[in-house]
Amino acid sequence: MAFNNDIRNIYQKELADIRAAGIFKEERIICSPQNAEIEVEFPAGASRKHVINMCANNYLGLSSHPDVVEAARKGLDSRGYGMSSVRFICGTQDIHKELEAQLSKFLGTEDTILFPSCMDANAGVFEAVLNEQDVMISDRLVHASIVDGMRLCKAKTDTFKHSDMGHLEEKLQLHADARVKLIITDGAFSMDGDLAKLDQIVTLAEKYNALVFVDDSHASGFIGKTGRGTHEHCGVLGKIDIITTTLGKALGGASGGCVSGRRELVEMCRQKARPYLFSNTIPPVVVSGAIAVLDIISKTTERRDKLERNTSFWRKGLTEAGLIIKEGETPIVPVMLFNAKLSQDFANELYGEGIYAVGFFFPVVAKGQARIRTQLSAAHEPHHLDKALAAFTKVGAKFGILHKTKQEIIDQYGL
Amino acid sequence: MSELKKIILDYVKKEYLEEDDDREITYDSPLISGGIVDSFSMVSLKRFLETKFTIQIPDAKASPEAFDSVDNIILLLEEFNIR
Repeated sequence: MAFNNDIRNIYQKELADIRAAGIFKEERIICSPQNAEIEVEFPAGASRKHVINMCANNYLGLSSHPDVVEAARKGLDSRGYGMSSVRFICGTQDIHKELEAQLSKFLGTEDTILFPSCMDANAGVFEAVLNEQDVMISDRLVHASIVDGMRLCKAKTDTFKHSDMGHLEEKLQLHADARVKLIITDGAFSMDGDLAKLDQIVTLAEKYNALVFVDDSHASGFIGKTGRGTHEHCGVLGKIDIITTTLGKALGGASGGCVSGRRELVEMCRQKARPYLFSNTIPPVVVSGAIAVLDIISKTTERRDKLERNTSFWRKGLTEAGLIIKEGETPIVPVMLFNAKLSQDFANELYGEGIYAVGFFFPVVAKGQARIRTQLSAAHEPHHLDKALAAFTKVGAKFGILHKTKQEIIDQYGL
Repeated sequence: MSELKKIILDYVKKEYLEEDDDREITYDSPLISGGIVDSFSMVSLKRFLETKFTIQIPDAKASPEAFDSVDNIILLLEEFNIR
């Protein structure tokens, strides 16, 4: 047996080190459908607790919507459970092509290719469209999946300071000699909830003959007047060369992702992107659910409008209660606590009050930037948000941080 | 020498630290292994040195170790007779 005690000890020590560093992640078991209210078993073995969920990416509240569930059920009946094949052998059904066409229409792009996840889309896209003559210039706060995708690509890399357009311009000048220059950014940044300045990025791209890549996973379905995403919000629909996004958040929340954009770039992904070539795509049941999601949000903006109202209420309420939030307009609302332990203690107290939210700290966010990231949903009703706000206010008062400045909180709890 | 060091250190601070980042960087601070410069951003440091001193640093010499501190970069530049 190769996995002997010496080898086991190596991993046990590594796991112990992760625990000692306070960054050991534990799953919390949800015993109900995903929704504004959920049943949670935490810690494992504890009795189930009914809580309000303030940390799901269920922005449009469609994860358990009856029409989506019904469409998924019909898809299961009509197209079966699995494909048992990658796309280009015998793993492509009519509904996969239908979903790709619907996504292109919704995002305002020329073509779309599905991936098993947006993590896979980001892992595959750069290597498929760029080579060593090219350069990728990314915002320094892009998602980890983009970082991994860039690592797999042979093109040169460079970065610009977060949303710093002057710095980006310097980099575009520095790499003027590259065959293709690709500017890479998130649309909505998942930890701070701020939006990329896509209008200015597109202007720079046009000036320096560069392409633009946007991961709009935390925006597709609800940012912009009709929910098309950050490019709609910034007035640059049709000007983004590559959009990646997920079906695992607002767009039904199950799984799956895509690369959407210029026809030739999407075709390059069909020919060369390894996560597309070497794994099954999204199963029929999820495809059917996703088509229903796009039908729902293409007919009416009711859900994204409600999400916008909930976001305004929540941002205003937290601020008036005396908590420090990251300014912005997205439904990602970080409550800043700065100290890592305080973020954990605060989340635990909230859980006691029936509110489920999670504290984030280094290395997920920068040192001294610990926070509780709250996320709004169109599934939240006023009574949910009233109760959550009361709990945040109560717990904030308990820790003595209401109406305190950042420095006062740091003085009290340290960094 | 000290002027050369200062030019490089000033560039590193301007290029890699955010405005609210108050980390102290000295001549021997580990830049790459210390997480100040990530591997994706190293290229701009290489380009800066090449442009500033009119040299070509071969990729084989532009290793994370060679760029890991201002002191290390000074040693690298000495190979190009820049002192």
